[in-house]
Amino acid sequence: MSLLAVKSLNLHHGLLHAVRDLSLDVSEGEIVALVGANGAGKTTLLRAIAGAHRPSSGSISFGGVDITRLPAHRRVNMGIALVPEGRRLFTQMTVEENLLLGRMSGRTGNWTVDKVLETFPNLAARRSARAGTLSGGEQQATAIGRALMSNPSLLLLDELSLGLSPIAVDRLYESLRTLMQSGTTIVLVEQDLGRAMQVATRIVCMLEGRVVLEAPAANLAREQVTEAYFGLAPHRVPA
Amino acid sequence: MINTIVQGLLLGGYYALIAAGLSFMFSVMRIINLAHGSLAVLAAYLLLVLAQNYHLSPFVGLIIVLPLMAVIGFLLQRFILDRAMQAGQLVPILATFGLAIVIDNVLFELFGANTRSLSNFIGSLSYDSIALPGDIYVGELAVGTFVLAIVVLGGLQLFLSFTRYGRAIRATAEDPDTAGLVGINPRMATAVASAIALFTVGLAGAALGMRGTFDAYAGASQLLFAFEAAVIGGAGSVWGTLIGGIVLALAQTFGAKVSPLGFLLAGHGVFLVVLFVRVWLAGGVRAFLRRPA
Repeated sequence: MSLLAVKSLNLHHGLLHAVRDLSLDVSEGEIVALVGANGAGKTTLLRAIAGAHRPSSGSISFGGVDITRLPAHRRVNMGIALVPEGRRLFTQMTVEENLLLGRMSGRTGNWTVDKVLETFPNLAARRSARAGTLSGGEQQATAIGRALMSNPSLLLLDELSLGLSPIAVDRLYESLRTLMQSGTTIVLVEQDLGRAMQVATRIVCMLEGRVVLEAPAANLAREQVTEAYFGLAPHRVPA
Repeated sequence: MINTIVQGLLLGGYYALIAAGLSFMFSVMRIINLAHGSLAVLAAYLLLVLAQNYHLSPFVGLIIVLPLMAVIGFLLQRFILDRAMQAGQLVPILATFGLAIVIDNVLFELFGANTRSLSNFIGSLSYDSIALPGDIYVGELAVGTFVLAIVVLGGLQLFLSFTRYGRAIRATAEDPDTAGLVGINPRMATAVASAIALFTVGLAGAALGMRGTFDAYAGASQLLFAFEAAVIGGAGSVWGTLIGGIVLALAQTFGAKVSPLGFLLAGHGVFLVVLFVRVWLAGGVRAFLRRPA
């Protein structure tokens, strides 16, 4: 049974139909990369899964439970954590306080402040600094750490590399490697196609709110994805 | 001179106590609760009823009234302010304004126009005083109120800084949507914050009733002093509220030395000057003068 099941989901931003009749299944242990041009609906989809965007129709279930109408904080309790686009840290609070907030859901597990600081060594010295004073890379690490503190069984990562230097992005993915190899289920949005194909087990390419290509990363050539990305050859590659 | 300063300081403690809840609610919920004064008067009347009809000392009465005020705060947020906040910034202010009118008039219906006080029910505490060197006498109640203000403000600060719920309330104040995404129930966090604010309003109401008199329409002037203290101290900062209360009270006591009318005039004067300087420093005045006609 799949961990996450999205069925015929429709999402609107006012008049804009951002996600159209989209279905997506994610099994335990998978790393799914959502790719697609700006405005394809990737971020909106992640926010809907996390409970920050109310669907117009369709359903989302998690671990076999229908969560379509659950508010965001209840979904965190169930094990869904989103690292939102633009980090959205609490800028007036320290790194440590931001991390501790991740524990509000009360889910038990082995993530602690110390373990997060071990995973992202560049944060250790900034433990008591206000989140607003951090560099982009440090902020992103804090945001990921905050999500991990809720011991999620599904981690949603939205545009980790946005606004970061290539070195900071490398360092971030380096820190995440152990996490990704440990079998945590991850859905990530990534603009860098090469990076997405390298870390993901499955690629889902979206175009104008629909899935136009879906296949295991290993079976895909870069050209197939770019064609789907720009809508040149809308087709599904069999899994 | 020194006597004036000491008495002003102690009065400042009372103002800080009534301003604590107002400033707390503003800093964590961005709501200016115009029913603040009326709710304090409501608490004073509740204590009066318990004292008159059930012979409970106001100090014992607080055991009932404070939790009751907290429940009122919780429900106020859940059923009125929560909804009003979704309609923009002005609507919650109007809602609390309406609530103040309702509370004032219900109290007037129930208790009439008579001026009341809790001082009859606290024995000699209302006039007992402590002699300080230099022939200065300070009221025990005033000292108690001052200490209570420091405990309340310090307690709020510690709660916000070091507890799990304090962090959740601060996070919700900064960004309610993201608070939800990290597992905080934002509606619960604001309702708890409102309950805490009204708990302190209950204490302020007790101080109001014990140190002097009140009537059904006394809320407006309490709100005014609380508001002035909060603004002078920099709305939303905990220790600023104490400083604000003291500055307001010192201005009033010195004003009263100059002329009997000076008490209120000097207080309002200091408030307006501080407000003007704050707006000036923030660039608001220059922007206003430079704006195209």
